[in-house]
Amino acid sequence: MALTTATGPGRQRKRDGFGLRVSAALWRRPWARATILLTPPLAWFVLIYVAALVVLLITAFWQINPFTTNIERIWSLTNFSQIFSSAAYRGVIGRTVGMAAAVTVVDAVVAFPFAYYMARVASPRTRTALFVAILLPLWASYLAKVYSWLLIFTHGGALDWGLGKVGLSQVHLIYTNWAVFTVFCYIWLPFMIIPIYAALERIPSSQLEASQDLGARTWRTTRSVLIPLALPGIVAGSIFTFSLTLGDYITPLLVGGTSANFIGNIIYTNIGIANNVPFAAAMAMVPIGIMAVYLLCARALGALEAV
Amino acid sequence: MGILGVRPRSRRMQVALVLAGAALITVGCGSSGSSGTGTGSTGGTGATAGLKVPTANLPVLQKIGKGEGKLNLIAWEGYLDPIWVKPFEQQTGCQVNAKYAGSSDEMVSLMKNGGGGQYDMVSSSGDADLRILYAGDARPVNMNLIPSWKQFYPAFQSPPFNTINGVHYGVSLQWGPNVLMYSKKAFATAPTSWSVIYDPKYKGQVTVPDNPIQIADAALYLQKHKPSLGITDPYELTQPQFQAAVNLLAAQKPLIEKYWALASQEIFDFKNANATVGAGWPYQVSTLKAAKFPIGDTIPSEGATGWADTWMLAAKAPDINCAYMWMRYISTPKVQAQQAVNYGETPDNSLACSYMDKIQAGSCAQYHANAPSSYLKSIALWKTPIATCDNGKPDCVPYADWVAAWNTQVK
Repeated sequence: MALTTATGPGRQRKRDGFGLRVSAALWRRPWARATILLTPPLAWFVLIYVAALVVLLITAFWQINPFTTNIERIWSLTNFSQIFSSAAYRGVIGRTVGMAAAVTVVDAVVAFPFAYYMARVASPRTRTALFVAILLPLWASYLAKVYSWLLIFTHGGALDWGLGKVGLSQVHLIYTNWAVFTVFCYIWLPFMIIPIYAALERIPSSQLEASQDLGARTWRTTRSVLIPLALPGIVAGSIFTFSLTLGDYITPLLVGGTSANFIGNIIYTNIGIANNVPFAAAMAMVPIGIMAVYLLCARALGALEAV
Repeated sequence: MGILGVRPRSRRMQVALVLAGAALITVGCGSSGSSGTGTGSTGGTGATAGLKVPTANLPVLQKIGKGEGKLNLIAWEGYLDPIWVKPFEQQTGCQVNAKYAGSSDEMVSLMKNGGGGQYDMVSSSGDADLRILYAGDARPVNMNLIPSWKQFYPAFQSPPFNTINGVHYGVSLQWGPNVLMYSKKAFATAPTSWSVIYDPKYKGQVTVPDNPIQIADAALYLQKHKPSLGITDPYELTQPQFQAAVNLLAAQKPLIEKYWALASQEIFDFKNANATVGAGWPYQVSTLKAAKFPIGDTIPSEGATGWADTWMLAAKAPDINCAYMWMRYISTPKVQAQQAVNYGETPDNSLACSYMDKIQAGSCAQYHANAPSSYLKSIALWKTPIATCDNGKPDCVPYADWVAAWNTQVK
């Protein structure tokens, strides 16, 4: 204790001198300051994110020994040629993209009026209540939500029971792609509502008023002013719904039937059952490629430039 | 754009551009090179003929020493029940850490990815064992240190799926059949043939496992019903035999509402009448029976496929003394009986029968623990399909092609 107090001030002064010199040096060299600040997040991004993708890309060009399933590091395009020469795999890709597109469109159509009401019509209290209603399901486990849909769709489940009550005949939805579609639309809806809400909230009321002052009716104002200004939000939401549907395998596995074969399921069976990691990696490149094209289109539409 | 965190012309868009470019290149290359190879050829190196077990000459343990205090096991769910794990931990001081795997292939991949230095043992089935040991992930076992092994039925003392050239790579555990399950609400009497799951009469009521090894079930059926194909072993199929089995399954697909991936899924479907007949494990049967569901199970006249599990010793097992203690413990009649009754399978130890009846009256007969030699013949135990047939010719379809056919031609 006594020792510390005795040496304390001297040490303190020394460190001050050093600290001052360092900060002065950094002040003189802005690039060094930027480097030190950016290195940790950049290293994280490069090591965890980009490196994993690069490893994936490289693995896609390898093979496995079909018997021991050890990876053999021989370069070839066999995996890719298998994917694109097989009608079954092409069908899977088409089905996945179609499903992702359908889910995105339906979610956008449902989310837009909802978000509009929240952003521009509802009172602050109602808005809070709606926010809670949207966000609360995100706190529940994904699996619990999918299983609850299973209970709704099953023979004699909630849906059949409800239809029976109103005198309608039973519909057969469980283990069909309609069930998969419904569950996807439900699960990803919040990811569409929130970006659209954020975009709509920022549109100045004056612009809508100006449109009306110039004689545009509701539909014209929506089409020419509201939607173009909200487009970045819609595109942001669509990136979520589209990419999440593109990669999901759990929903098809649980509520899907015999034709619920999506890209995610092919990847899952190739890793979990066949232990064919290179083929799974090649298959994983497909959604990455699709998303890259999707983002490019979004950019070409100017959707990422505004706001 | 605030939500995305993307600003115009940001670095992220450049990354996306690069990725898109890479994707386009690979797409282009992929389709240009697609003419030569179909789904049928996946390398053609999958033969055991020239293969040697890389670890065959590793020295075996001569004497069980002091325990390491822990044991890391990869197991099927239900294989490490406290009923028999707790007493083991108390006796030996080896703390059992369980990692549960859902499929044989997951076990192969866990053994490989752990580098063999993370896990001590795996309770893999016959379709995974050869892949594990030919990959060099298993280690020879000194059977003299496991006395109860001599009480095993001869078929399980040195079975070809865990013993190569007289070298053991683990100790056999238990076995059981994949049974035909049927709801007694839909079937007044037990079906006597697997034909019910291929019969259009039961459209929309059939469920089978979502697993390429199901091709063997179709082959087993064809072995009896289409003798002209000349199938002798459902796991060793020539291309025409294989194609016939795949075609049978493709024709079965419209009858099926759901390929089950998890045991719990099949239980759910029987309970909710989404399925009334299908292929399953005794585990599902006993679970449904416990829930008072009128479920029936049978081994039809064609026989059935089945599994035989082994506790394999990892090549770089860090806790080798505890591992030997575990093998010694798990092969004793009483523990064998506990696991058999608890899980619903057949023990390998011939003395387990009386212990089973003590735990649950009649369970020895129920799980056929007293009549294996006749019963065993009706079960085609899972094994890895490899390119080399039993006659040494490289005419058989390897497992990788089974997976490809399951994904592209059946489903």
